Amino acid sequence: MKALLLIAIAVAVFAAVPLVVHSNVVLNFLVVTLMIALAGQGWNILGGYGGQYSFGHAAFFGTGAYVTAILQVEYGVNAWIGFAAGIVAGAAVGAIIGGLAFRAGLRSSYFALVTLAFAEVLRILASVAPITGAGVGLLVKLDLRAQSFQFQSRAIFYYVILALVAVSLVIAQLLERSRFGTWLIAVRENEDAAMALGVDAFAVKLGAMVLSAAVTAAAGCFYVQYFLFIDSGIAYGTWISIEALLTPIIGGVGTVFGALVGALVVKSLGEGAKLVTGDVPGLDLMIYGAVLIVVIRFAPRGLVGAFTDARERLARRFAAPRPPVREAVRG
Amino acid sequence: MLSPLILISVVLNGLLTGAVYALVALGLTLIYGVLHIINFAHGALLSAALFAAFFAYQKLGLDPYVAAFLLAPAFFAFGYALQRFIIGPASHGDDRNMLLITLGLAVFIENALLYAFHADTRTIDLAYGFKSIDFGFTFLAVPRVISFAAVFFVALALWLIMALTDTGKAIRAVAKEKLGAELAGIDVAHIYAMTFGLGTACVAVAACLLIPTYYANPRAGNAFVLVAFTVVVLGGMGSVPGALIGGLVIGVVESLAGFYFGESLGQVGIFLIFIVVLLLRPRGLFGASA
Amino acid sequence: MSEQKLPFSRRQFLATTALGAAAAATGSLAMPAVLRAQGAGVKLGLLHPVTGALSYSGQQGRVGATMAVDEINAGGGIKALGGAKIDPVLGDAQSTPDGGTAEVEKMNSAEVACIVGGYASSICLAVSQAAARYDLPYVVDVGVADSIVTRGLKNTFRFSPGFGVIAKAALDNLTTINDQAGKPAKTVIIVHEDSLFGSGLAKLLNAQLPPKGFEILETIPHPTPTRDFANVVLKIKAQNPDLVIPANYYNEYVLLARTMQEQHVRPKGIYSVLGGASSSYKFVKDFPEAARYIMDCNHWFNPKSAKAQELRKKIEDKGQFFTYELYLNYSAILLVADALERAASIDRAKLTTALENSTFASPIMPYGPTKFVNGQNQGAAPVSTQVLDNDIKAILPPEFANAKAVFPMPA
Repeated sequence: MKALLLIAIAVAVFAAVPLVVHSNVVLNFLVVTLMIALAGQGWNILGGYGGQYSFGHAAFFGTGAYVTAILQVEYGVNAWIGFAAGIVAGAAVGAIIGGLAFRAGLRSSYFALVTLAFAEVLRILASVAPITGAGVGLLVKLDLRAQSFQFQSRAIFYYVILALVAVSLVIAQLLERSRFGTWLIAVRENEDAAMALGVDAFAVKLGAMVLSAAVTAAAGCFYVQYFLFIDSGIAYGTWISIEALLTPIIGGVGTVFGALVGALVVKSLGEGAKLVTGDVPGLDLMIYGAVLIVVIRFAPRGLVGAFTDARERLARRFAAPRPPVREAVRG
Repeated sequence: MLSPLILISVVLNGLLTGAVYALVALGLTLIYGVLHIINFAHGALLSAALFAAFFAYQKLGLDPYVAAFLLAPAFFAFGYALQRFIIGPASHGDDRNMLLITLGLAVFIENALLYAFHADTRTIDLAYGFKSIDFGFTFLAVPRVISFAAVFFVALALWLIMALTDTGKAIRAVAKEKLGAELAGIDVAHIYAMTFGLGTACVAVAACLLIPTYYANPRAGNAFVLVAFTVVVLGGMGSVPGALIGGLVIGVVESLAGFYFGESLGQVGIFLIFIVVLLLRPRGLFGASA
Repeated sequence: MSEQKLPFSRRQFLATTALGAAAAATGSLAMPAVLRAQGAGVKLGLLHPVTGALSYSGQQGRVGATMAVDEINAGGGIKALGGAKIDPVLGDAQSTPDGGTAEVEKMNSAEVACIVGGYASSICLAVSQAAARYDLPYVVDVGVADSIVTRGLKNTFRFSPGFGVIAKAALDNLTTINDQAGKPAKTVIIVHEDSLFGSGLAKLLNAQLPPKGFEILETIPHPTPTRDFANVVLKIKAQNPDLVIPANYYNEYVLLARTMQEQHVRPKGIYSVLGGASSSYKFVKDFPEAARYIMDCNHWFNPKSAKAQELRKKIEDKGQFFTYELYLNYSAILLVADALERAASIDRAKLTTALENSTFASPIMPYGPTKFVNGQNQGAAPVSTQVLDNDIKAILPPEFANAKAVFPMPA
């Protein structure tokens, strides 16, 4: 299928990077960017395709992270099993939050705020509960072996996160083509009309939430394996909720590649700003904030949307002139 | 420790803190009620206002309670300009874009403060800064009692503006029915900007009331944002009396929860209220039906 | 067969890959601007959280480190390397572990010989790990969590004490002070911030106070930031402990102290352990009333050292404050310079060995000669201080003290 082929090509290009670029600076940058892209793609499933903007995706990122960390540190469970468990746990939390929020019929801002509140509750609980190490956090033992899901080479981490991102791209693409995806988009466009047509909006939204949570939870599990330390601020802090929503919105909500494009742009922007301003504290982030505003000003549908608009404009510019009516009617 | 006197003290403390939350939330609820945006920049604006209050004292020798009369109009103008010339045009009227823009603004403002004023915490030491009123079983700090009283005045002033002035009526009209208001000849962009300006002015007043007992640094305002959101939701988005009562309620709940469950875990109380209100009665105490 | 409409345009796809390439290029370009031609300079990475929540401490740390670098360079550089000057490569950890990790990568690419800094324990953990991949020696400036030096990482060194040592010293000193005053203090309330440093310390205190004869009435955690301490102080007032032991960051410490003053709560002593403001000149200057007689067991310089007093004057003349981040970083740089002299090389392995064998005695710190065991300087110790006469004096240990403790606090 053409669509999957395009994903494959994009992934192949990314996969080629470590073969050409050996700088660990770049690899580290790309690993973190891809991790954010994964978290963002999770958000995109619910927010982009489903139209439900969540401000609390940290709840899933953090749950994935903590579950895998706790299983490894306190119960000696294998890291890969922990990873799977973290994803399942994240999905479960998604089901609970989604179940409560959607059953109460919460939409748009109210939904956004309740997700924010849930993430905060989790953060506070994690900061006091003994099992999460409370304030001290959890330190995963350094054990650079594949069976511990830790690797000496950054390139291998890169391939792992790339594989995860590739899966999330495929998920998004399958979503678009599936009946479930159609229902989801229908609910996004007009929930009442969709329900009138027989779509079970609650089930559809809940399904999207669970899938979305699972994908973002995977990013959280990866964070733990890459950095080996987690605390309540990192796991459930607003920083990841914001990154998860920022990247797809900038890149293009409701599109397969939106989260990935957005993550690359946003992270590159951060680096670029630092490059320009040097060591003066605050200046680089001022530029970052300003550029964000400018990007939204000129590309309100996200960058991918802007590309599509530009292409359409160009196409119209150079379209062949229509034949005069006389000739079309003759004979 | 269950002495009733202590309980009264805890509740009193909660009321005093709640008054400040109410003040910060007043601005937020107006902005939400009319523009329907969750203003991510609210915390950064509070930080900026705290710096302004600090410098008003340090450079101009103005007591914060006096400075409020100077800073409120100044920040009103600042807020008006922000909405009129940056947020409004950049968002193309889309709520979701406005959200991202306020986010960008928050990052910009916080780091502009960091760049300009560096990270050290600034405090002022007023003559009456440590004075407290002796109630026998507890001392209530004078600045905090003044804040409590001030909140009612500010809320009253706002309510009067909304109820009696033409601008206030226009704001309420736009909040209720934007298209209709536009058709009736109201300049929506101007009203949006007026609303944002009013909200920012409230923040400036809050900062002046806070600075005697709190501090200014680039991130100082962030600590109040989530609580302010909770107050807005509890009180009802767009409702001035709601923000006032909501603030006081949240203050008391936080105080009691913090006292019995610890300052860290007690914060959960605020967010649980947040969630319960949203799930059971999203329009809050006084908000319009969704 | 009809052309199936693609769910995304080719534009998206191209955008992704083009951006990917651009990002790779940008990523490799956004390296510290100090990629000068490989001259005779010795590159040293100075990594601090100069933006974000910890920016004040990060900036103070950077000031201390760069001051040391400037002094060394002015004094002729590293003599064993032919007078090579130290080339500082500045990095911003952005107050997060991932920010710190990214900077380590850049510094490694810039071929630094060693990295100094980190500040927060969580950042130090990440930085030490990232540096260990390259066997890049790393000297922690402040980070007190013991886990930083107990993971068996050969590249990590900490010149200053960890909180195990600090807690023990604090309690030993407390017992001494209490005994000397006739044991007026028995009951204690601990107020601590709820993240890694505060919680870790509280745990240690809870284990070690009772055996020394103290009774802990309550341990009160609080978040950072905390907006208001009225209820915390209410609890203190209600239980009337002899001692209050705070362990938190600057802003919260100040709020706590101010609230206690406002509520007329005067225990027999306020004995901080790693108190955020209790050994801060800024706090003493801003709130002399609230700060009076407060004790702290914290990082401190040797007040009897002329060099330390000279540095202090230099900083205060610039209108800044002589804080622990500053002189700990200053000392860490001197430690590295000494190791460079002995190694006479910028080779990382040789430098690591030189650090391991270091017996460097900092002119300004009360540590005696260095001895690293598993990366922790055994000579490192905190000092007990007290705010007296609008100044901060050292009260214990006796060899570094320049005042006697005043305990209990006069009414």
